[in-house]
Amino acid sequence: MKTQHSSIVELDGAHEEKAHGSSFNEHDVLHELKHYLPAQAPLKDFVHHNTLHAFQKLKFPDAIRHASEIFGYKVTLSLKEYRSLYQSGKIREEVVSKIISEQKGADALATWREKLLTQTYDNAATPRIGALRSNWKKYFKIDLDSLVHPILFRILCSYLDQGISMWNFPVWHKGFLPSVKEMERNSFTSFFRTRRAKELLLKGKTAIPDLLKILVGNESLYEQYIFDQQFAHQGWSGMVSTIESQPETLLDPKKISLHDLISFELLLEIDALDYHFGKDNWLPLTAKLKDKPTELFANVPSTELYEVLGIWQQAFEWSYYDQVLAGIQLSSNTPTEKKVKSFQAMFCIDDRECSLRRYLEKLDPSCETFGTPGFFGVEFYFRPEHGKFHTKLCPAPVTPKYLIKEVGTRSKRGKDIHFTKPTHSLFRGWLITHTLGFWSALKLFINIFRPSMGPAAAYSFRHMDKHAQLTIENKNPEHREHDLQVGFTIDEMAVRVEGLLKSIGLVKDFAPVVYVVGHGSSSVNNPHYAAYDCGACSGRAGSVNSRVVCFMANHPKVREILAGKGIVIPNETQFVGGLHDTTRDEIVFFDEDSLTPVNHAHHQKNEGIFNNALDYNSKERSRRFESIDTTLTPAKIHDKIKIRSVSLFEPRPELNHATNALCIVGRRELSKGIFLDRRSFMNSFDYKVDPEGTYLFNILKAAAPVCGGINLEYFFSRVDNQKLGAGTKLPHNVMGLFGVANGIDGDLRPGLPSQMIEVHDPVRLLIIVEHFPDVVLRTIQKNAETYEWFINEWVNLITVNPETKALSVFREGAFYPYETTVKTVDPVSDVASLIESNQENIPVHLLS
Amino acid sequence: MTSILNLFILLPLVGYIISLLIPARQETLISRTAFVSAGLHLAIAVGFLGWWLLNGHPTLNIKDIALFRSPGYEFFVDFYFDKITAMYLFVGSFLTFLVTLYSRAYLHRESGYKRFFNTILFFYLGYNIVIFSGNLETLFIGWEILGIASFLLIAFYRDRYLPVKNAVKIFSIYRIADVGIILAMWLSHHLWHENITFLKLNNYTLVDAQLQTHSLIGVFISLMILISAAAKSAQFPFSSWLPRAMEGPTPSSAIFYGSLSVHLGVFLLVRTFPFWEHQLSVRILIGIVGLLTSIIATGIARVQSSVKSQIAYASIAQIGLIFIEVAAGLETLALFHFAGNAFLRTYQLLVSPSVVSYLIREQFYNFTPREHTFEDSLPKKIEYTFYMLCLKEWNLDSFMYRYLWNPLKWAGNKLGFLTLKRVLIFFAGAYAAGLFCLYNEELIPATIHGQLPILFALIGLVMVLKAFSERKHAQMSWTLVIMNHFWVALAISFNEHFSSNHTFLYLSGITVSGIIGILCLRKLKTLEGSIDLDQFHGHSYKHSGLAFLFLLTCLGLSGFPITPTFIGEDVIFSHIHEDQALLAFFVSLSFIIDGLAIIRIYARVFLGPHVKSVYEMAYRSS
Repeated sequence: MKTQHSSIVELDGAHEEKAHGSSFNEHDVLHELKHYLPAQAPLKDFVHHNTLHAFQKLKFPDAIRHASEIFGYKVTLSLKEYRSLYQSGKIREEVVSKIISEQKGADALATWREKLLTQTYDNAATPRIGALRSNWKKYFKIDLDSLVHPILFRILCSYLDQGISMWNFPVWHKGFLPSVKEMERNSFTSFFRTRRAKELLLKGKTAIPDLLKILVGNESLYEQYIFDQQFAHQGWSGMVSTIESQPETLLDPKKISLHDLISFELLLEIDALDYHFGKDNWLPLTAKLKDKPTELFANVPSTELYEVLGIWQQAFEWSYYDQVLAGIQLSSNTPTEKKVKSFQAMFCIDDRECSLRRYLEKLDPSCETFGTPGFFGVEFYFRPEHGKFHTKLCPAPVTPKYLIKEVGTRSKRGKDIHFTKPTHSLFRGWLITHTLGFWSALKLFINIFRPSMGPAAAYSFRHMDKHAQLTIENKNPEHREHDLQVGFTIDEMAVRVEGLLKSIGLVKDFAPVVYVVGHGSSSVNNPHYAAYDCGACSGRAGSVNSRVVCFMANHPKVREILAGKGIVIPNETQFVGGLHDTTRDEIVFFDEDSLTPVNHAHHQKNEGIFNNALDYNSKERSRRFESIDTTLTPAKIHDKIKIRSVSLFEPRPELNHATNALCIVGRRELSKGIFLDRRSFMNSFDYKVDPEGTYLFNILKAAAPVCGGINLEYFFSRVDNQKLGAGTKLPHNVMGLFGVANGIDGDLRPGLPSQMIEVHDPVRLLIIVEHFPDVVLRTIQKNAETYEWFINEWVNLITVNPETKALSVFREGAFYPYETTVKTVDPVSDVASLIESNQENIPVHLLS
Repeated sequence: MTSILNLFILLPLVGYIISLLIPARQETLISRTAFVSAGLHLAIAVGFLGWWLLNGHPTLNIKDIALFRSPGYEFFVDFYFDKITAMYLFVGSFLTFLVTLYSRAYLHRESGYKRFFNTILFFYLGYNIVIFSGNLETLFIGWEILGIASFLLIAFYRDRYLPVKNAVKIFSIYRIADVGIILAMWLSHHLWHENITFLKLNNYTLVDAQLQTHSLIGVFISLMILISAAAKSAQFPFSSWLPRAMEGPTPSSAIFYGSLSVHLGVFLLVRTFPFWEHQLSVRILIGIVGLLTSIIATGIARVQSSVKSQIAYASIAQIGLIFIEVAAGLETLALFHFAGNAFLRTYQLLVSPSVVSYLIREQFYNFTPREHTFEDSLPKKIEYTFYMLCLKEWNLDSFMYRYLWNPLKWAGNKLGFLTLKRVLIFFAGAYAAGLFCLYNEELIPATIHGQLPILFALIGLVMVLKAFSERKHAQMSWTLVIMNHFWVALAISFNEHFSSNHTFLYLSGITVSGIIGILCLRKLKTLEGSIDLDQFHGHSYKHSGLAFLFLLTCLGLSGFPITPTFIGEDVIFSHIHEDQALLAFFVSLSFIIDGLAIIRIYARVFLGPHVKSVYEMAYRSS
């Protein structure tokens, strides 16, 4: 998650002024530039976030319109796509009519329907970004980018490189520009082709305004020039900006700033112009400029096309939402009678756990499942044994004060010589080609016919050694390492366990075994592997967290404190941690030895149910996979799914969060009776335990940015896979271990590759909260940053009255009663038949 | 058993043609066609290799069909099989089979699925023609196919700017390799007075006798072969194209630029080894090229911070060593080195995306802040200098532009005064005069007559230079290319008295393709408006059918083996005498440039980001 910058320049006011005042304030411009650049961290720390976070201060429709006209992004589906969704019935007629009537008045229904369905619109406009700098080509007949980009990207990548190159950038500790300067000073050759730029660098005359004076001339256009220049390679600039603000994200630390990048790029531009024209033979850009380009951030007026697209988008969303809401209202809501629970299991809110929970409940009707963010309320850094670093295991914006260490590991790390540097050297390379070369042929053959797990795979179970111990309990607060407290004290533990249990409403009726199951994923040949892991654990697997929280909840002293607060956990109840691999549909449990003999017997029985449920889960997932026949038995499909996860040639090991659309915050009964097709985040919450919305606040404070961030990243990567997504991953080339580019001299490609989003329907997240509207309204208004998500319509919000099931929709700061257009929902008795016959999204069904 | 050699060519050809006919939606059928062709090919290859080894690995040769015959000249297809072919067959067949299998799932849902497999099969066809070729002419057919297939694979993502730009760049290097072979063919025709087979080159006494008397021609032929081989195998000074070829889907980069394509320069050298074996100077030169390449490429590989370019340069360095091995006469070692390098680099490229998870984990457990490398012990100034040079790839990438293409463009720009109208008027007048002279040769004094071919070839060259540097009108550029060929035909007609059939043969494909090409451009212009050559238009985005048709005409016009012009070009060259170096220079230079001008028209008009769909396209830099 990207931490939001608090000071966002309003799109209208401040900029209008600047156009006339026209003094260039470097600090402000860089600050603003950083705000608009892509905020994606290096690959290993990939965390989903709202791609257009910079526009979040505006209402969604205004925000995307501005983003589109300013930066040239495609921000919705095309008119053609919406119309074909309408033809196929995925956008429903009643919803279209309802939305038009609500927004344009019932009288205008016919005219607007006509506009939506048949009118053609000409959209030949070009975006504002790049307009100023394009004048180099227009008036000077010079293609600056092709002269500057290749060498600039190459130097940047080599400087930032995390371990691909054999011979590293020779000067590094002084920061980017000083390092380049040091090398220029002390070399027989130069990165520059002419003298002037080199001398400017050597004499330290690299202030941005001075360089812009040479290049641009007119001060009022400096800001726009810098935006144009940096957005010509927003991937690289975004990476530099991210590393500048979070230097710890690189294991091999590099000092760099956007300021250095811009200065150096300006120097390279001066050099290219000097080289092309001769030093004194060219004038600044503005000298030849006939008219000023449109101010970059000037207000973008709405057009009829945007309104039409806006109505289509809402109609698309509500056509789906209505089915879900009708399903919730129609499903039988008999609160489960107080029978004995066989086991309870907590999962991450992740949409991928949706179906697994359904199968568990089906196979063992007396079990109970819960959903909560997959770090389970325990935030810390984790340091594996022999590791040289520690990784954060909690949501990215949180900064933990604790360290958990792993000791007593047994497993060994495998090696694969194909990734090592000697293969690229001359003499050892000669030996290796003559020997290992032939082994590679065999390996390739085996990998294609019998794929298996190897050292190169990202494997979730490797995140932590199952047999190792963790240092969880802190008995002496003085015990600190790396400025972090090692482990948690009893009190600190109790606070966390209480928070966790209360937020999901599990405060009584404990089963003998309570599972806490984190999740992770496995894939091979996948630079975006971190994006598949648990977002609540900063893009890592949740195994350590589940184990840590179970240790806490099992601790007698913690239970003592909890009992004092009214949460009585019976002595026979034990918590067991686990990890669900969402790609391979495997599960591993931790510390099973500490179970009592009785619970061990329970556990063995439960494990069988888990394994059975996982088979069915893999069958349900397989309907999206071309290579697997969904009609096979669950066990057979499961084997194929496992092979798929380690196949080099499989760019879709799993589909991750694709198709996510909902976030249900409420008791399990609310959604237990409906088939949601793995499209929902699910956070357990009991309004009775939390009548004032204290815990609800914490849930929504996290759910809006986390689930909303995931949802919007998928949304924008789907509607504009070329500019906001990473494009197809097939030609991707790994740059310096922190990013991917197409080919060797391209810009970095942030966002999601097409293989991750192609089946995604771009609809905003609908958060459904089971509580009274007035409580929810008060809750979301507690924090301005959270409220922004709702009031600016980046997510939709509906409440379900826990007593009457009446719906209320949040609009413009208040809740209004809501009636669905859908009145009936098809029942389904056998999910398998649905699954086997559909590859597309399946509509909501009532489970009978 | 010998006739089975034909099967190795026929199989990919049939597979290719079938794959062209399958509708683009039928993913399974398309990949199955490729899979069956490559699988059968591998099965037959393995069986055949077994038989061949058991029978004492004889050298096989079949003279297939003579495509063209006239007194003193015969263009025939000849196939040949020995241990060199055997090794290339095994490696090629094995890797192609595995990579087709790999791509079947990997490319799933990719737009261009069909195009990918079409191109792979087309490439594989070219590869087999080259490795089975029994003479330079046959080899050249395959060589041309490889060039165009490479262009199409690199520009696979044709809606983006960089793949298209790099494809054109690499095509220009390949064009140099093509002309190297044309010139080698031309001179060897004069040397042997026939299209000599590789089989005959093994005859030491024959080769030696000829070279004794024509040592200069011998050296020149060898040099041309070396230039072709170096360009194709990315050796010094052409090295920088290889990493830039890595723009297509990873499996295609892996198999072609990691293994098969890049080792064909080595193949050419090994294949022609008997010819230059006794030219010590040539052997030393090849060794030097190899040594220089391996040193420079190793240095560049050491500083690469992207995984594919690192593999590319490491591979180039090994190929440099293979060049040395070939020059030293260590044929078997070189063949094994080729196989090992091909397998290793293919695999490394295929698993290259895994490098992130593997190396990050390694780093997590084994990080040392700064590893000491041997360069650190150098004096600072030397260290920085070498580092910067390696990072800049020793300026190899700009080298070709600086010293070859830019001067040509500069020359072309000087012809800015030529407008389509002026050119046409000049062409009509001057060409009529030329024809008049041709039919009234007796009126022309002998001294002038001798200079006329050179003059006309020069006019042709000027035409094509203008075509190459034209920034505006696509049609004008296209017309100039056609005219160039007419001037060449006229020039050669003065040179020798030969059957006008030869001229017709040469001009037939040119004329037909030229006219269809003009019509395509016209149609596009009426549909889309401006199609100037100043930028990429990407019209294949909306007009993919027209783009394909125009591509065919481009191939026809550039003498690709789909029209008789292909043979005609060779025939025309055979009428240039071995002592007419200037004429040969002009004609071959104009052939290089016209190929470039044609591919430039195609790329600018049909490839790149679509100008009218700004909102659907990727950023230019991506």
